[in-house]
Amino acid sequence: MNTTAIKAPGALARFFDGDVWHSFKSSPMAITAAVIAAVCVFCAIFANWVAPHNPFDLAAVNLSDSRLPPAWIEGGSRTYLLGTDDQGRDILSAIMYGARISLFVGVASVLVSMVVGVGLGLLSGFAGGKVDALIMRVCDVMLSFPSLLVALLIDGIGRAIFPNAHDTLAFGVLIVAISLTGWVQYARTVRGSTLVERNREYVQAARVIGVKPSRIMFKHVLPNVMGPVLVLATIHVAAAILTEATLSFLGVGVPPTSPSLGTLIRIGNDFLFSGEWWITIFPGAMLILIALSVNLLGDWLRDALNPRLR
Amino acid sequence: MSAPLLEVKNLRVEFPTRRGTLLALDDISFDIAPGEVLGVVGESGAGKSLTGAAIIGLLEPPGRIAGGEIRLAGQRIDNLAYEQMRAIRGRRIGAIFQDPLTSLNPLYTIGRQLTETILTHLPVSAEEARARAIRLLQETGIPAAEERLEQYPHQFSGGMRQRVVISLALAAEPELIVADEPTTALDVSIQAQIISLLKRLCKEHGAAVMLVTHDMGVIAETCDRVAVMYAGRICEIGPVHEVIHHSSHPYTTGLMGSIPAMDDTRERLLQIDGAMPRLNAIPQGCAFNPRCPKVMDRCRRDRPELSDAGRTHAACWLLAQEMAE
Amino acid sequence: MLAFILRRLAQALVVMLSVAFIAFMLFQYVGDPVASMLGQDATPEQRVALRAELGLDKPFPVQFARFVGNALQGDFGLSLRQGRKVSALIAERLPATLELSIAAAVIALAVGIPLGVFAALKRGTFASQVAMTVSLLGVSLPTFLIGILLILLFAVTLKLLPSFGRGDTVSLGGWTTGFLTVDGWKHLILPAITLSVFQLALILRLVRAEMLEVLRTDYIKFARARGLPNRSVYFGHALKNTLVPVITITGLQLGALIAFAIITETVFQWPGMGLLFIQAVQFADVPVMAAYLCLVALIFVVVNLIVDLLYFAVDPRLRIEKPAGGH
Repeated sequence: MNTTAIKAPGALARFFDGDVWHSFKSSPMAITAAVIAAVCVFCAIFANWVAPHNPFDLAAVNLSDSRLPPAWIEGGSRTYLLGTDDQGRDILSAIMYGARISLFVGVASVLVSMVVGVGLGLLSGFAGGKVDALIMRVCDVMLSFPSLLVALLIDGIGRAIFPNAHDTLAFGVLIVAISLTGWVQYARTVRGSTLVERNREYVQAARVIGVKPSRIMFKHVLPNVMGPVLVLATIHVAAAILTEATLSFLGVGVPPTSPSLGTLIRIGNDFLFSGEWWITIFPGAMLILIALSVNLLGDWLRDALNPRLR
Repeated sequence: MSAPLLEVKNLRVEFPTRRGTLLALDDISFDIAPGEVLGVVGESGAGKSLTGAAIIGLLEPPGRIAGGEIRLAGQRIDNLAYEQMRAIRGRRIGAIFQDPLTSLNPLYTIGRQLTETILTHLPVSAEEARARAIRLLQETGIPAAEERLEQYPHQFSGGMRQRVVISLALAAEPELIVADEPTTALDVSIQAQIISLLKRLCKEHGAAVMLVTHDMGVIAETCDRVAVMYAGRICEIGPVHEVIHHSSHPYTTGLMGSIPAMDDTRERLLQIDGAMPRLNAIPQGCAFNPRCPKVMDRCRRDRPELSDAGRTHAACWLLAQEMAE
Repeated sequence: MLAFILRRLAQALVVMLSVAFIAFMLFQYVGDPVASMLGQDATPEQRVALRAELGLDKPFPVQFARFVGNALQGDFGLSLRQGRKVSALIAERLPATLELSIAAAVIALAVGIPLGVFAALKRGTFASQVAMTVSLLGVSLPTFLIGILLILLFAVTLKLLPSFGRGDTVSLGGWTTGFLTVDGWKHLILPAITLSVFQLALILRLVRAEMLEVLRTDYIKFARARGLPNRSVYFGHALKNTLVPVITITGLQLGALIAFAIITETVFQWPGMGLLFIQAVQFADVPVMAAYLCLVALIFVVVNLIVDLLYFAVDPRLRIEKPAGGH
């Protein structure tokens, strides 16, 4: 008999299966996207050390250096590679610090979304019945509202309830606002997979033995579901960063003391007509780079994990 | 003997993959005479459906024909451009697939799907096409054919849908029908009806049939000749009665022996040990040699060709040995 | 089918009531309803009188019923920021937003669907790769940035098109339209394109994905096996099956357009409802927020209903009449 013993691979081993890694190595776009994303993230996290100036140190900022164009244009200076804004702050450094804020809010929102969504999805799929129906109804209603509107509303309500909000509270409200718009996707996907797994024999066997449902959910169902969840999360990070940027651009996002890329773009927008385009374009370019590379990675990940396209 | 309608000579179909090129059909040769019903039987993965796909020119990429010829009434069709092959498909070769539900476009009425096919191939008017469509439906035994024209596929039961599929395949009066597992997706009680309908209609319309299936019962009922496929090769081919009762190839014998019969008292069903090899692990020499109860040294080295075994043609070194003795 | 319509209407009603409830809660507890009705300059006597008249001392359900009653007549009180009737403010700005949204929707559909079909049919070619990359850019660029870039290019550098406002408009009864003047059109182009980009990219990807799925089905294989010409296979069978799910999703997205208009209106200073809403959020102008919420919910619900009915009309499988008979 030529049957081979079947060894159940662990979730991590399955993830770094030959196919996925091979697909990554052979896709120049995926590699480029990963490199760009890594560079941006690095600069953002280590902005303190990487940035040439600290744009928030009021003592270091020199008003006489304001409105300088980028170094390669006449009038620019090498100290301020990408130029300065109207307060004399270095654009390059401002971008790095701004990216840090943007990334922080984006990733935090996605994490919260993921935890809430996956949790509710598992609950919905496993419990079934009325709980399931209720959660799905809520999902349906939430899906019919565009995320921006929900985020704006929550932010607006937060503003009305806490008119003199502390900065941390403002961040909290913002993160809650953005995460509330995204959890539905996770919940639905996880619920679908849970429903499929629930009827599998190994789950029924575990129930018969008396294993607690929560244990079954986390140990067995969850690893099977992580693939699509990861794809969702990656694409969602890009969307969350853009949502935060939009909110900040509209003036209702991060507090003005911690400007994100969106805030920088808004500030720079006022100088567009006077010809000082760099103040808004470079933060914009950074935003696009981050969003694009993360989206590309998410796209590639989705194709790599899709068994039908192999 | 009249000229064969379909000639397949040394057909090879391969699949280039990331891990190397897989040979799915290896040197297949057979003929179909006009009006004849040829059965093609074998396990899943033996290459039966691929043969049908290659003949109608709808191999799924990256699969491609790597060698050999396919001739329809003497004319080569395997190397035609897409548009030329399209003119042949439906008009001279019709096809029937396994699942009647998914074979029909759910958003079009069956009348529309029928008249569309007729108008594509035959130079008739719209009214004539409609009349033909009604006739075809009546021939396949669908009651109230005229009203049924305006209905959608989901309004038909499984067996009725397959009748619609059959009438679609016959709509342009083809000379050959390639039927790929036409009854597998149907209830057992309906299978017999559909199969006898297919046989009767093809006879009436003068079409030959290449019937691909894994069900020997269907073969026995319907076919004139049968080809037994294994691992992308034909191991035996001949008249149905001879292949079933006087097979020469050990695989065929094993296959026939494993089918229970009503008038047979047996303690255990005969089983062939092992499983058909995967495409990337086909043994050298005769593909069946690891499982063959009568294996010889030569079988493991050289690949046997189809040769005359008296009642049938089989690809087995046992025959050469018998000849020598 | 009647049952279906009734069920959907009931669902719509539930959604509207929930939204009204949220708006009511906003009104009552987040803002000061008395201040919103009378404005900031009311005297204490006026406030007390109004409280009694409004029945703010009455039980909760009565207040809610009153709110809904007022809302149905379009009465949401006065804007905290501007002191004018909220309903008048919204009525003024509604045409601007609607015209912008419709223009953007037309662009998104007219360009997105053909490009999506093209990207599916010519899969793997350079042209389709370009289309996919462009669509990826479309979802990676935030709408406001697209607006800024377009302004930079066409208004600042090339000085071809205006960058703010609606231009000359014509009043037709209660509606002001920019469609009837050349100036109106010139002002409409950049904002409409900006607003359409995200939707366009989504539609393109959706149509492509759906079409690729459809092209893999058995009935397409069977259609090819019957020798039908490519034109019929692609633009008859495949396209029809592709568009059915696309209709639903597009319909839902059209509702989102109105929300995204907020961003575009801010960038281009387009005098629509979105700009009004943003100003309300910045100012915590609760009556305006509540009114906007209810109106947008109404638009969504109506669009959803229309989409459902369309789906019904297009997909025969949903019209369950007599069961399958015979074999």
